[in-house]
Formats: sequence, C-alpha cells, structure tokens
Amino acid sequence: MKSESSGVENQLDLFRQGGLDAFEALFRLHQRAVYGWILRIVRNPAAAEDLTIETFFRIHQAHARFQPALGFEAWARRIATRAALDWLRSAHAESELPAELAAPVETDPGVAAEIRSATALAFGRLPPRLRIAATLAVIEQQPQKEVAAALGISVAAVKLRVFRALRLLRKDLASQGITP
Amino acid sequence: MNAHDQDRMKKLLQQALPPVEGDPEPGRDLWPEVLRRLDTRSATVPWFDWALLAGLAALAAFFPASIPLFLYYL
Repeated sequence: MKSESSGVENQLDLFRQGGLDAFEALFRLHQRAVYGWILRIVRNPAAAEDLTIETFFRIHQAHARFQPALGFEAWARRIATRAALDWLRSAHAESELPAELAAPVETDPGVAAEIRSATALAFGRLPPRLRIAATLAVIEQQPQKEVAAALGISVAAVKLRVFRALRLLRKDLASQGITP
Repeated sequence: MNAHDQDRMKKLLQQALPPVEGDPEPGRDLWPEVLRRLDTRSATVPWFDWALLAGLAALAAFFPASIPLFLYYL
C-alpha cells in the first residue's frame, strides 16, 4: 500500500518535472473523470471531448506550477471548469443532452412540456458564471464543496450564484407569462 | 424569492434539464490529439523570444564591440 502511494507521488513528481510518460499515465488515469465533469457542464459530447484535450494541454503547460500536495484530480477539475467556462462564454449555449446520456427523470405531470422547454431555453440565457454553478449544484447535484473548489470560490459564493441563477430564471419565465 | 420558491425552481430546472447519467467516457482515444496539440504549440516560438532576439541583434548592430562579450558568454 505504501509503495503504491509512493509510486503515485513519484509519478506526480515526474509530471511536475515535465516527464511525458508520467503525464500520459496521469492522462489515462484521469481522462474519464475530466471528460465526465466537462460533459456535465457543456452537455455536448463532441465539445466535451475537445475541451478534455484543451484541459490536458493546459495541464501540461502548467506542469511546473502543480503542487502534488493539493492533489491532481481537484487541480485538473479546476482547469477543466475554466476551459468549459471559456467555452460557454464564447457564445455557446448548452445543447440538448443526447437521450442516451440523460438520466431518467421523473417528470411532474402538472408541468407541461412547453414549460420545461421554456425553462431550458431561459436557463441558456443566464450569464455563464451563474449557469455553471446552477448546472453543477442543482442539475448535477454535485457537492457544493466540490463545485466551490472547481470554480475557485467559496461555498457561500456558490450558494449565492445558485440563488441568483434561480431568481433570474424565475424572472425570465415570469416575463413570458409562466409562473412556476 | 423564498425557500419554497427556490425549491420549486430547482425541481423545474431538474425536470427541464436532466442530469448526465452514470460515468460517461469519451467516444475515442484522446491521447493522440493531446500529443498533436503539444507538438503544434511547442513548435511555435513565443513572441518574447523573438523580441529578445531582435534586441540582441540591434545591440550587436549598434555596439559591435559587444559581440565578443556575447560570444564569450554563449
């Protein structure tokens, strides 16, 4: 067990020194988690693949600044979140998640399909930094602590962004005559 | 907006945009593209390297006596 953890530490040290083999090993180990995290934000498999490549490129560029004590996964997630946020800011709205990737949701028969559709569209109009917090914390139900770490803000700031996102969403829907 | 309204908005949002299911994986091996990206970027010379080179060339042109000094330190 000890040798296993020292092997990982050694790999992280080698990565920090710019070792390509160590970087590939870390890529193989974490690419699925990074891809999944990005997909949860952008909801578009093709874009998530491109952003995973961009994330690992940025990770490699920043290898000398990596601090092994902080952990690779959290660091990678933060870089991935920033790459996804850049993508959202460049006027990309989340596309509709392909049906095979969407989790089954128990729909309330009292909520009409048009209201759900209007809600999805209104959500796409929110500012990206509010949208990303609401996507991760409300839709994907990720722990707020992890969302905060990925966004580089406090848990209180995550709660505030979610609150502001929901308030803006409600206002947008109200302007269309929809009262949730 | 009170807590009750917040809960209603959260439920509506969850119904409008379902979460990603399970633990998805990329549809292809992304490593070759990461490598290609690293090669492409490393082949380009940063602008400050060009600026440094231009500065050194200008210095050598205006002060030729400094050339032996530079060669000594190379």
